[in-house]
Amino acid sequence: MNHLLLLIPIALGLGLLGLIAFFWSLKAGQYDDLNGAAERILLDD
Amino acid sequence: MSCCAAAGMNPTQLQETATKLEHLEQEQIKLLSIALADGRYKTEFVVPDMHCAACIAKIEHALAKLNFVEEVRANLSFKTVSVIWQANKGTIVEATKTLKGMGFENHVADEVSSPDHAKEAKSLLLALAIAGFAAANIMLLSVSVWSGADAETAKLFHLISGLIAIPTVAFSGRPFFYSALKAITGKRLNMDVPISLAVILAVGMSVYESLTGGKEAYFDASVTLLFFLLIGRYLDLLMRNKARGAVARLSSISAKDGVLVTEDDGLRHLALKDIRPGMILRVFAGERFPVNGQVIKGQSDLDRSHVTGESATVFVETGHLVEAGTLNLTAPIDIEAVTDAQGSFLAEMRRMMEAAEKGRSNYIRIADRMAQIYAPAVHLLALIAFIGWMIWTGGDWHISLYTAIAVLIVTCPCALGLAVPVAHVLGANRLMSEGIMMRDGTGLERLAEVDTVIFDKTGTLTTGQAKVMSATNLNSSFMPVLRGLAASSHHPSARAVYQYLTETEQVELTNISEVPGYGMEALYKGKKVRLGRKNWVMEITDEYSQLDDQFTVAFALENGPAIGFVIIDSVRKDAAETIQSIGVIGLDQQILSGDNVVKVSSLARQLQIETFFSNYTPGEKLCHIERLRDDGRRVLMVGDGINDAPALAGGHASMAPASAADVGRHSADFVFTRTMLGAVPFSIQTARFTSKIVRQNFSLAIAYNCIAVPLAMAGFVTPLVAAIAMSASSIAVVSNSMRINFVRRDHNHRSRISPQDISLKEPYT
Repeated sequence: MNHLLLLIPIALGLGLLGLIAFFWSLKAGQYDDLNGAAERILLDD
Repeated sequence: MSCCAAAGMNPTQLQETATKLEHLEQEQIKLLSIALADGRYKTEFVVPDMHCAACIAKIEHALAKLNFVEEVRANLSFKTVSVIWQANKGTIVEATKTLKGMGFENHVADEVSSPDHAKEAKSLLLALAIAGFAAANIMLLSVSVWSGADAETAKLFHLISGLIAIPTVAFSGRPFFYSALKAITGKRLNMDVPISLAVILAVGMSVYESLTGGKEAYFDASVTLLFFLLIGRYLDLLMRNKARGAVARLSSISAKDGVLVTEDDGLRHLALKDIRPGMILRVFAGERFPVNGQVIKGQSDLDRSHVTGESATVFVETGHLVEAGTLNLTAPIDIEAVTDAQGSFLAEMRRMMEAAEKGRSNYIRIADRMAQIYAPAVHLLALIAFIGWMIWTGGDWHISLYTAIAVLIVTCPCALGLAVPVAHVLGANRLMSEGIMMRDGTGLERLAEVDTVIFDKTGTLTTGQAKVMSATNLNSSFMPVLRGLAASSHHPSARAVYQYLTETEQVELTNISEVPGYGMEALYKGKKVRLGRKNWVMEITDEYSQLDDQFTVAFALENGPAIGFVIIDSVRKDAAETIQSIGVIGLDQQILSGDNVVKVSSLARQLQIETFFSNYTPGEKLCHIERLRDDGRRVLMVGDGINDAPALAGGHASMAPASAADVGRHSADFVFTRTMLGAVPFSIQTARFTSKIVRQNFSLAIAYNCIAVPLAMAGFVTPLVAAIAMSASSIAVVSNSMRINFVRRDHNHRSRISPQDISLKEPYT
């Protein structure tokens, strides 16, 4: 049972990673134009 | 007629004026842009009619081709196009023209938005993200406890949960704690008081439980609670910012500034606030007067429709007084400022508006009205639970307090906190997708309650643009000459004739001059031709043919035949349809106009509106609305002019077209950017549906409480039950709100705007 304790920091670390990834994507402007992103798939540049 | 040559302009002068104007416009746009390094600027255009991938591609390609443009990016969600450009390589005015040429009406966005709101939104989002992270992790730990972890593991997990929960609550809970503190010090109760109490008590109790080896902890409930409530709070703020931004950004670039004539006859750009009485200002054709003034040089025709509501143009010359906000049509004139910006007609309107707005600020949002009942009720229930259990158990404070906390947590207004913002955000989005922008979140609530719709005439029911209704003696051999003559003027009647003859070719004329107050004159094959006021035109020809009074504008060739035109202010295409569909909803409709009784009554008859009032001043309009309000009616005011601004502010709710005067647009709750008046019934329907959803959401939340509260008071609510109940009620409320996305327009003219639908707004070209 004790070695399963290792999973707790791993789980927390992964969660933290997700949080950081979210802030990064927010800062990179990925949420600025959700409708536009959906439509841009149709464009071929 | 000998006075005219001096006032008229020859083609080179016209060209010069055009270049000067373009330069000034460029300077104005620069003021609204962000200056980057190396003489580059970033300008944002609002393009309301951009709605698909093809539009994005078209706009981006066309603008990228301009040699001064470095980078262009369209944003479909906010309907904006941001352009980074080099100031020394070309003029950004080209970009607006390119967009217009493709049929995209556009405005330059005002980038000077307040950073405070952005900062508030950012800190709220940070709180939200952290609460979300904590809620997910604590929930994972809690699930393992609920699914039967042994005592040791449970204790460890509780401790870890506590370690995550305490800093999270301290950080993410601040918006609620501050608001609750403010309410308590103000001797009031709001929703945030029970929220703060529940969260703090729950965490405190759970820490005690975990340390003393108790079986249950409420860490997950308190953090999830914060998470849900922060979502609601964030959506609410986001919508308010977006709405405020969208309308503020539409600020048109005219009449914000003045052009100063310096002593050596040079021109200098001047901010509105720097204008002082006595300064000499030049106002070009197509510009608005920045302040009240007296004409000292030149003659011109003015469009006063924004100021007085009258659709006919007015002739002014030296000595006449002009009001701020009036549009100069035909020739540049110099005025001496009589007032500064503070004392102008515009500022007076603004003061009336602010006074009128006070009445509206008494309006209490439905969420706050709910809170006034709900918050005391929650406290009372928790207290009853505590006292009841104390008596029942004979003074066991541990279990009593625990039950009271369970009551607080269970009743906590998760669903209530989401019920209003989610519905409002979706309602606002639905409106936005139809080109209607909302300024104020309470606008939807107020709009849903209106029972009377009052329309302004000029610029609202009508387009405010003259149109040729009929012509007589139209002889095809003169049409190219006529069009050539009409092309060179800004005057609405000339524009109307020009539009009327779009199919015709155009010939170059010589010696074109414009005589303010009368019309255009030029030479064609050595003969005079005139287009303008009938009596003046008839001076050059003997053929006084049968043009009766309805023909106000005429064209004639020297000693040749005369052509007469009937020119009217064109009614918006879907006005009749709109009036009808508002009638179907069952609202009373009235027209309130500053124009004369003949024009108003004929329009009223045409649109089948029974009640109409003419010759109203701005003050009388406001009075009328206040009288209706005192009679217990709730009025929706739809108007566009500066003279409508106080009435817009005084109405229970208000709407304005995007072509409206700045001051009118800023006092309106809703601004519709497309040319269709159908936006009015659609907004009313959406608002009504949204408020229906809000009421349903409240009913859902209350029904949930009716079940949950007795259970909590009886002591059956464990942290597991609380978590499930809370999430379930929130999901129910959110999914119910989603139905707002399916509000359809009644009649199926979803305005896919084609270029010819977009009428020329202001004679900028």
